[in-house]
Amino acid sequence: MSPKQKKQVILAAYFPGVNNTTVWHDPRSKSQIEFDSFIHLAQTAERGKLDFFFLAEGLRLREQGGKIHDLDTVGRPDTLTVLTALASVTTHLGLAGTLNATFHEPYEMARQLATLDHLSGGRAAWNVVTSSDAFTGENFRRGGFLDHADRYERAGEFVRTARELWDSWAEDEIVADKETGQFLRDGAPGAFSHTGAQFDIHGHFNVPRSPQGHPVILQAGDSEGGRELAAATADAIFSRHSILGPAQAFYQDTKGRLARYGRRRDDMKILPGVSFVLGDSPDDAAEKAHVVRRQQVSPQTAILLLEQLWNRDLSAYDPEGPLPETEPDVSATSIIQGRTRMYDDALAVAARWRQVSEAKNLSLRDTVIEMTRGHTFVGTAGQVAEAMDDFVQQDGSDGFVLAPHLTPTGLDDFVDDVVPLLQERGVLRTEYETTTLRGHLGLPDAAQARRQRQHAASA
Amino acid sequence: MPAPTSPPSTQLHLAVALDGTGFHPASWRHASARPQELFRASYWGGLARTAELGLLDLLTIEDGFGLQSSRNDGPDGRTDQVRGRLDAVQIASLMGPVTSHIGLVATAITTHTEPFHLASAFSTLDYICRGRAGWRPQVSVRPSDAAHVGRRTLPAIDLADRRSPEVRALVQELFDEAADVVEVVRRLWDSWEDDAIIRDQATGRFIDRDKLHYVDFEGDFFTVKGPSIVPRPPQGQPLVAALAHNRVPFEFAAKSADVVFVTPADVGDVARWVGNIRRAEATVERAGTPLKVLADLVVFLGDTTAHAEAAKAQLDELDGAPYTSDAALFVGTPDDLADQLVTWQAQGLDGFRLRPAVVDRDLDAIVDGLVPALQRGGAFRTAYAPGLLRERFGLGRPPSRYALAAATSTAAATSTASTKSTATTTEDLA
Repeated sequence: MSPKQKKQVILAAYFPGVNNTTVWHDPRSKSQIEFDSFIHLAQTAERGKLDFFFLAEGLRLREQGGKIHDLDTVGRPDTLTVLTALASVTTHLGLAGTLNATFHEPYEMARQLATLDHLSGGRAAWNVVTSSDAFTGENFRRGGFLDHADRYERAGEFVRTARELWDSWAEDEIVADKETGQFLRDGAPGAFSHTGAQFDIHGHFNVPRSPQGHPVILQAGDSEGGRELAAATADAIFSRHSILGPAQAFYQDTKGRLARYGRRRDDMKILPGVSFVLGDSPDDAAEKAHVVRRQQVSPQTAILLLEQLWNRDLSAYDPEGPLPETEPDVSATSIIQGRTRMYDDALAVAARWRQVSEAKNLSLRDTVIEMTRGHTFVGTAGQVAEAMDDFVQQDGSDGFVLAPHLTPTGLDDFVDDVVPLLQERGVLRTEYETTTLRGHLGLPDAAQARRQRQHAASA
Repeated sequence: MPAPTSPPSTQLHLAVALDGTGFHPASWRHASARPQELFRASYWGGLARTAELGLLDLLTIEDGFGLQSSRNDGPDGRTDQVRGRLDAVQIASLMGPVTSHIGLVATAITTHTEPFHLASAFSTLDYICRGRAGWRPQVSVRPSDAAHVGRRTLPAIDLADRRSPEVRALVQELFDEAADVVEVVRRLWDSWEDDAIIRDQATGRFIDRDKLHYVDFEGDFFTVKGPSIVPRPPQGQPLVAALAHNRVPFEFAAKSADVVFVTPADVGDVARWVGNIRRAEATVERAGTPLKVLADLVVFLGDTTAHAEAAKAQLDELDGAPYTSDAALFVGTPDDLADQLVTWQAQGLDGFRLRPAVVDRDLDAIVDGLVPALQRGGAFRTAYAPGLLRERFGLGRPPSRYALAAATSTAAATSTASTKSTATTTEDLA
């Protein structure tokens, strides 16, 4: 009798970003922009046989109260330029990047993603996001005219258009027979014509079909529209559900939507973003986690984060004192620009914060520390390996996007200590078995996926 | 008694242009060519390392928004030539980690791209290769390219008729836009002062936000707010190089570029081209260092002139037509090419960009034949000097224009500073 095959734990390494969760004032913290930092994290991830490296995109520096935000890491590179360079210093690791469907155009982006897929030998992935804010639009020709409600429509049509472009060259288009002098099978490869609400473009795509055919598509949408779009188009969801109960519900909900698009439950992976703190003992880990949280929420950052909820200038308040007596200003426009609005019902959230603050007798700063805690695996390497394995086997997810809090060495301990234990548990590869990211993730190849979609559409 | 011959006071700059299997359309059929590898990392990484063995100043990578074509209005339907290409900036970034000295200059189109993305991409490339990045801005006149983006339509006019008013107006507009794109990109490169990142533990500030600047560009074609998302790149201003054939692009180069590639037909033609560049610099009132002028040559190299000629004839026959180019052709031995380059340089050039007819053959011949011949005559470096790509061309690392402006206004404000601070004190007390 063979035991039930365990699910493999998919792991990605997120390059620490520009939120307060990235701790820059630790002496071990190095440059967020020098290429050596990217090499270090990517090569560490590859040493640990992780599935992919993940880099976010910046298109406008954040501002709060009309001033450029200066408390967190500021300044980051162009996504595809870095990912392509990393293809030179890695051999198997997937290379995923966030690219905004509002501020890129399908022809150029499909070209760049196909280029990355060629130059990496089939390791490219794209995390599709959209934004509608005019603030970011001020840096672009196209401005910021996209209506909020049209975000998913644009994202969906963008992905469909990109896939039309990627499909425009047949796999055997290039003959390159020196004897006969035939380079191309057909005279004008890459023909495409797309007319839709968002894009009206036609012509000939100029990049031959790439190793994966279609780079892997990730999405982060969590709303009803976002989930449906993911079920229709995404190969993986970069999810925010990392508490087991809600995560299982999200998992069931999103996987349950796949069938109507002719897709199997395994065809889309669910990957929540999580952090981790490792210690020699449970107490050591808890103590370290506490230190990290204090580093992440400095007194100045505590005020700033509270301002994001209160939507008011709170600079006169003492971080070590109590919460402000005033209520959040829900009427005014958001004081923070360049990132998603954080709270849908600020009054209710503030009431909950106040309740916790009073019940536990927490200062303003400690309240922020308590209430903005994301999901963190805290423990010994053994505890973290077990917790991650259990989470995946219980269908909380198919794996994790690991967000280290230190640039660029934040993944070192995880790879040294947790990875071998996951390998022992039989849930993480000890050697790469495939060369493409689709292969690592166990996703159907692009042609197979297309047949499934066509079948579903005609059914 | 004749004076001892001394090496030329200035050594020449030498660049190589990379495009597919080479600039001859039948190059992919040459015995040395590797057309099946054109879309692989190893192909481009290998070419970059070879060029670096030759101590070349820089390499350029061609690009385009549409399929390669012999026509200006779209694909030509030919199946006997290389079609399809990868993004040049990404090829350059792939080359960054596998090389250490050679300049990496990628073509990027100004007509259909976002200036903000271009600024970020070239800043990032400059970080990746530690100060060796360059950009060759190029316009796109093809209506078929415009249809790929769908943002604008370009008129379907006969571009071969350079004198027609429609063509002149279009060319002027596209180059005016290109100049605006370069201006925005240069402002964005300057928009972080060099010491903007402070990591100040005491105040908890990562940056000094007063050292980041909005670029607030407003032109006829677009507006861009800034500042850049990427901190100031290692070169401050990555190198900008333009290919130019006549007045409008000459003036664009004079306004926007650091290096210009030109195409004299023969040695007697060189002085006229250099004169045109200098006139364009005067017309646009270029400030600072004059453009470095590099002449483009398409090279067919062989052990003997007869070999080189025979190889060229064979390629022409395969293609069905004698090869023609905007640039002059050189067909012969590396030694003869070395002599020609030195002779041409004496007419006022700073160097050359060689376009290999067959890249695997001709790049090897440049590295193994031409470079040693030039070195023997003292006309080319024998080792790379450390430093930025800009510095190789005698261009220093410029301070940020915003840092300069701040320094100037601080100096101007010094005289009133004392009154001001008194006022502040009074206010504080009140």
